[in-house]
Amino acid sequence: MTADTLLERITDHACRADPYPLYAELREAGPVVRQADGSHLVGTYHEINALLHDPRVSADPRYGLAGDPELVEGERLPFLVLDDPAHHRLRTLAMRPFGPPHTPGRVDAMRGRIAELTGELAGGLGDRAEFDLVDDFAYPLPVTVICRLLGVPREDEPLFRRWSDVIVASADVQPGEEAAERARTGRRARMEMGRYLVDLAEQRRGRPGDDLLSAFVNEPDPALRLTREELAETAVLLLIAGHETTVNLITNGVLTLLRHPDQLDRLREDPGLLPGAVEELLRFEPPVQLRRRVPLADVEVAGSVVPKGEPLVLVIASGNRDPRRFRDPDRFDPARADNQHLGFGGGVHLCYGAPLARIEALAALGALIPRLGEVTLVEDPPPYRRNAMLRGPRHLPLRARQPA
Amino acid sequence: MDGDPREGRVVVVGASLAGLRAAESLREQGFTGSLTVVGDEPHPPYDRPPLSKQVLLGQAAADSTGLPMRRNPDAEWRLGVPATGLDPLRKRVLLADGEWLAYDRLLIATGTRARPWPDREEAALDGVFTLRTCGDAGRLAERLAAGPRRVLVIGGGFTGSEIASACRERGLEVTVTERGPAPLVGALGGTLSKLAAGVQRAHGVDLRCGVTVTALRGDGRGRFVGADLSDGGRVDAEVCVVALGAVRNVEWLADAGLAAGPRGVACDAGCRAFDMYGIVTDDVFVAGDVSRFPHPLFEYQLLSLEHWGNAVAQAEVAAHNMISPGPLRRPHLSLPAFWSSQFGLNIKSVGVPTFSDQIVLAQGSLEERRLAVVYGYRGRVTAAVTVNMAKSLEYYQQLIETAAPFPPGPGAADRPLAAELTLPSDVPDPKRLSHGPTVALTGHLPDRRLTLVRHA
Repeated sequence: MTADTLLERITDHACRADPYPLYAELREAGPVVRQADGSHLVGTYHEINALLHDPRVSADPRYGLAGDPELVEGERLPFLVLDDPAHHRLRTLAMRPFGPPHTPGRVDAMRGRIAELTGELAGGLGDRAEFDLVDDFAYPLPVTVICRLLGVPREDEPLFRRWSDVIVASADVQPGEEAAERARTGRRARMEMGRYLVDLAEQRRGRPGDDLLSAFVNEPDPALRLTREELAETAVLLLIAGHETTVNLITNGVLTLLRHPDQLDRLREDPGLLPGAVEELLRFEPPVQLRRRVPLADVEVAGSVVPKGEPLVLVIASGNRDPRRFRDPDRFDPARADNQHLGFGGGVHLCYGAPLARIEALAALGALIPRLGEVTLVEDPPPYRRNAMLRGPRHLPLRARQPA
Repeated sequence: MDGDPREGRVVVVGASLAGLRAAESLREQGFTGSLTVVGDEPHPPYDRPPLSKQVLLGQAAADSTGLPMRRNPDAEWRLGVPATGLDPLRKRVLLADGEWLAYDRLLIATGTRARPWPDREEAALDGVFTLRTCGDAGRLAERLAAGPRRVLVIGGGFTGSEIASACRERGLEVTVTERGPAPLVGALGGTLSKLAAGVQRAHGVDLRCGVTVTALRGDGRGRFVGADLSDGGRVDAEVCVVALGAVRNVEWLADAGLAAGPRGVACDAGCRAFDMYGIVTDDVFVAGDVSRFPHPLFEYQLLSLEHWGNAVAQAEVAAHNMISPGPLRRPHLSLPAFWSSQFGLNIKSVGVPTFSDQIVLAQGSLEERRLAVVYGYRGRVTAAVTVNMAKSLEYYQQLIETAAPFPPGPGAADRPLAAELTLPSDVPDPKRLSHGPTVALTGHLPDRRLTLVRHA
């Protein structure tokens, strides 16, 4: 098989459990590897990092030559896929009630609640002989946190989970014929979910709670107010980004630790290593594996040119294992120094939920590690979600060594 | 040097950022010999950037900016005693208390001090300050907290502008005098200095450019009450901060025969000091603000920097080279970079903005006070400055490192129309500035190649 079908092989569900040999093949094949479908894969650290910071590289899918014909000019998109200055404006407004400089203490203030939650969830696993780490822990934690943060009723989870699944699937990089259909259903789900969230926000107009939706609709300065459409797109993005990634971070983390019992012991003995372990997980098994981009000019990448308008796929999980950047990159080392991974992306789109994700992962692993010595994987590899971009186990069944 | 370079005696003169990082690096890289760090201040190493920001705002105590140690450098600390002489032949450093410290290798990291007001009597008036040490910052913060009716800041460089910003944030009236045409002009050139002037005025600073202070006035009982200006004007104020740039601490090297002068101690790319004949030494190293070193991206002109990042990077290279045999030594090549925060602006720079003949507004806009300005010299990108747009800097850093053509090519999503328009960089002659520019190229300014810059 040749390198021009790498994207198809990466997105093939059969490779989901271990895409890393494919990423090695990609790095081997060159800094830029053109695919049969016309897209260009980049899998080396320095080149990905440069492209993430390049102002000529757009996150907006509408610039692509093979862009979705239904993505018309006027359509509202979340700032995740917009460019500056529109991206900057929306990101800044979305950030206002969430983080510094306007709301510096918000994320930090959630530490206590997150610790409580992880304690409760870990306690809920009790002495069960078998449980699913995803359904019983890794999913409920970030969902509860983001619901509380945004001001979304936790009971509505089944409702927005359906939308979220469709939207996330539509944002994947799967090539193929159903792409247009996936985009259509994704767009419908985004609209419905947006309407639901705007309705929730409207109920808080004039009666603000301590949540982001309240802050958005009660912003006193008209210049800093999101329009209804912007609020819908932004709230959908925050709700989805706020949990779809963290589930995978926690699940990948537990899986990785169970596969590396020596490192698990090390962390149990020295919890001071945990923050470093979370960074290493973000490098070693990043929840977001790929990002799509479009160059707005011919962009040179290590001697090759990616022509204007042709789709670019940045394989950031491959960059994280680039031996030209990280010594012994396939080794999981919680004490790794100089670990500037691409797990949160980079450049203007650098994940702004990163501080929250770090706190959640720290609390989750901190609460789980004491029990992980007593459990084993029911199957390795576990069943994975279909998604190649947001990669993670769909379930992670664990069994107690000595059944209760 | 004979024997294992990881053994023997190392003396580091200077107990601030560069000295501390060098000491840590020496140990990290396996130095097992004796290590002595000499510092003229009584405090353990502390960080200076907060002194003109958080400390003046009352958000942090002046003595709370101690530098965290990455590891215990296991050094003998000689604090509160300055070095006063160097005998390179007998390889020993003289301390103010009369003691001689013998070394096998020496690191000079004595940094700079604030340039004092030239008239001693006026400088001694109660209410007249400079800002360099944590002691300075503590005294000034205390005086600002007392709510003076007006503060006069002499010099609109980075330190002066940050002080003015802190004053305004505290609600204090402040006058800034700048001998050049606008604040920050020495570091950023003409265009961005106009933005800085506009921002300062919009924040209520009484900004006086193109003037100098000719005299500081007292009330007859030793208290500062105001200043006379070269344009015949007068400022009544209760506090005066002299922010006229820095003086390099090289006097103690006067008889050492090294290439030490007002712009620092010259060294090669490996941080080895040159002697006065331009011959490289092999046991005397230099790092931090006191050094001047050649940089290939800037035509090997000797750079004098007062940048936090340079102190760290150069200290690490110097430490590595002090304990490594010749072929394993590394050059200090890191790209100059600095940041400042003032008047709600986050200003960041890479490269050497004064090494330029043209600039272009590459991203953003002046009106939104969010922009990236790229500097070029003879058709090559040599620097970039962002205002409230720090995430864009890395891209330009890469352009500088790869000597990319200037102006940068089209295609940025938020590229303004002005990106088609290159302007003169308008880098002033340092002689026209009342404070030292943040970056000084030794020898000549690139757009005035035939003018030798001499120091008074």
